[in-house]
Formats: sequence, C-alpha cells, structure tokens
Amino acid sequence: MAVCSVRKTFGVAFLLCIVCALLVSSAAVLLRPRQEMNRTLDLKKNILLAGGLLKDAKAGRQEIEEAFDNVEAVVVDLESGDMVAGLEPAAFDPRRPVVDPALRHLIPTALDKAKIKVRSRYGVIYLVKENGETRQIILPVQGKGLWSTLYGFIALAKDTKTVKGITFYQHGETPGLGGEVDRPEWQAQWQGKIVFDPEWLPNIRLVKGGKDADPEVAAHQVDAISGATITSRGVENMLLYWLGQDGFGPFLAQMRRQGGKQ
Amino acid sequence: MSKAKKILLTPIVNKNPIACQIMGICSALAVTTKLTTACVMAVTVTLVVACAGAAVSLIRNHVPDSIRIIVQMTIISSLVIVADQLIKAFSYGLSKQLSVYVGLIITNCIVLGRSEGFAMHNRVWDSFVDGIGNGLGYGLILLTVAFWRELLGSGRLFGRQVLPLVRDGGWYQPNGLMLLAPSAFFLIGLSIWALRTWKPELAEKE
Repeated sequence: MAVCSVRKTFGVAFLLCIVCALLVSSAAVLLRPRQEMNRTLDLKKNILLAGGLLKDAKAGRQEIEEAFDNVEAVVVDLESGDMVAGLEPAAFDPRRPVVDPALRHLIPTALDKAKIKVRSRYGVIYLVKENGETRQIILPVQGKGLWSTLYGFIALAKDTKTVKGITFYQHGETPGLGGEVDRPEWQAQWQGKIVFDPEWLPNIRLVKGGKDADPEVAAHQVDAISGATITSRGVENMLLYWLGQDGFGPFLAQMRRQGGKQ
Repeated sequence: MSKAKKILLTPIVNKNPIACQIMGICSALAVTTKLTTACVMAVTVTLVVACAGAAVSLIRNHVPDSIRIIVQMTIISSLVIVADQLIKAFSYGLSKQLSVYVGLIITNCIVLGRSEGFAMHNRVWDSFVDGIGNGLGYGLILLTVAFWRELLGSGRLFGRQVLPLVRDGGWYQPNGLMLLAPSAFFLIGLSIWALRTWKPELAEKE
C-alpha cells in the first residue's frame, strides 16, 4: 500500500476501469447468443410441457425443436380477440416491461386480479396443430404470488374450457412451498379440469382440504399447495384474470364461434 | 505443514469465515434450501474469492491507499458479473434458481474481507490459495445447512426423494419451517456451537 500522488491515483483508477470494462463487456457480448438461445429454448420447452407434447422435462434441444414444429405462435389483440398478422411474436415477451405507450393497456384496478397493473395490448398465444387443424390453445399467464410474479402457460383443448396442462417457467416463490408449482405431480391434476362455467365465465378454484363431493363442482377445483396459501391464491386469480373479459376472454369466444362454423 | 497448505486449511475449520468470523450469513440463508443451488453458490464464491484475491494481490503495490476499497470492489464486481454471465450461458436452469443471488456475491463480505485483509499484504499465489480455502470453508457450512434443510424440509437430497412424504403415501411429514430463512439461522447457530465445543479455543474470551 502506498500513498500516491493525485496523478498516479487517477492513472490507476482509469486503467482499472478500462480493463474491467473490457472484461465485462466482452463477456456480455460473446455470451449473449448462447444466453438468448437458452432463453427461447426454455420458453419453447415450457410451452410444449404445458400442452403435454414433451415426454419429460429433460428433453434435448433437437427434441424440443422437432416437437415445436407443430406449434404456431400467433399475435392476438386482446381487446377485440382478433388475430393480428404482421407483428413479430418474439417482440411480445411477457417478462419484458411494456415501454411503448401505444402498446400499453392499464388494467382497471377492479379487474386486476392478477395484480400486474399493466399489460401489453397484444399477447402471443400458441396453437398446436395437427394436419392443419387446431388441437390445443396455449395461453401465457402471469400474476403475483407471494414474493414474485409467476409466469406460465395454460393449455386448453379445442373447446376452450378443458385444461390440457399448466406450467410455470419463471417465479421466485419459496422452494419447497410456493415453489412446488413446478412439481409435475401437482401440475398433472390440472388435466381435464374445466375452467369455464356454462355461461362462459371463468370458474377455476384452488381449494384446501379436498375437492367437493359433487363431480360437477370438483371439475372446477384443483388441490391448493400445502403451506403456500398466497401462491395458490395467486395462481387462481391470475387464471381468473387471463381467462376473463380483460384477458383472453374475447379471443377464446372468437375461437368458439369459428370452431362452430367449421 | 507447508505455508500454502496452512493457508488453504486454516479457513476451512479453524478460521471458518461463516462459523468463526460470522461473515457471508445473508447468502447462507438464501441459497440453502436445496443442495444443488448451495453447491453452485459454493463453487462460484470459491472461484470469485480466489480470483479476486489473486488480482488484488497482483496490483497491490500500485493501488493508492486512498482508493483501495473501491479498486477492490471494482475487481470483485467485474468477476461476479462475468461468473453470472457464464452461468446464464452454460447452465440456464440453475441460473433461474439462483436468480439475483449470484449478483449478490459482490456484497458477500467474505470476498471483500479476504482481499482487504489478506490479498493486500500477501503474494499472488498465497492470496489465491487463501481464497480457495475460504471458499471451501464457506462451502462446507453452506452444504451442511443445505443438507439438513433439504432433507427435513422436503425429504429430498439433490432433488431426489429420500424420505417418502405423507402426501405421496409415505410416512414423512415435511417441516415447512426448514424451507424458510429462520431455519438457516438455527442451523448455522448449531454448527457454530458444535464447532466451538469441538475446539474451545475458538470461543471469544469473556
């Protein structure tokens, strides 16, 4: 350690900054393509898992890409429910904040069950096709849990009310408690649940202490996660929001009308 | 014992950074609910402490006294950012679980403590070895705490089910408290107690 002149102090500080800046920025630039690839691959994997199109979560890259060939990403105008052509689906990552005021939709507080305050006017949904015919609709959902915002996908059958599967690809809930939303056993019980009542209002509940004896009621009920009341409530509320009028409700209504014509 | 060996081994037990110097507690609470995350954290911290020590030691004769702390912080933060980027590029699944805690290595007092307390006065190789030793000492406590938290909290080890849970038809009722931060305090406290019973000379004089 040495007491130095002002000149040397500045010199050392300057040199150190240059070296560190070079190190950090080259790491960021060189590794970005790999990181982006991981990110998109992870997203694709979760979309496929929600739709039950992958056998297990450890599938390799090639397997994921192949399975994803049957999936079509579509941009949807949430208010009208119309599909919008000419917009790049990759531009609408739910995890990125919506900066452009033209694309922002402020969610009215009364409707904001998912507690996210703002969403994009457009959403990206995924259609699973088989021989050109839509088999499943996979919707992105997001909402507050206990500590964090949970991001996930719910896959619905063609009738728009039967659940095919659910996954969460990003959250910061307590591992072992709220983090159990990742558990395949818990996710498996969603299959076959009905998310709409006969009037097409969203109806899905996470319940404590066992489902109702009436199978009609139990079809709308999923076992909540023990020790994670607030995360469970968050999951319920985000589904009620995203399936409702301010979410994908109008789009799903259109899908039903089109399905009737075909 | 040769000098390097002594530098390497003392921080593991006799001068353990968590148990004896009570440093780095915050991350020990945050990443110890699972053994996998604790492992990655231990390895990352070890590498960062060692490399930061070596880098600081390399330029120790040229660092002006008046800005030495900020110089050390700059080196440490650069190394941590690089480590974070590497984990994101090569182990995406883990980076999602570790989330912000990798970035928080910067504020882990062990790193700054070792570079200010040791690397500023010692040769490059010794500082590197000291970093490895302290990282291992930190890792040892981290893994011990994570072992008990994962085992008792979710009946698993490294994500594999060891104790069959009641909800899956087994006999073990998991202890939810083990998954929350306070349990790490209890476990760290217990390990400090155990260590000081084993080596009474570590306790502070009254």
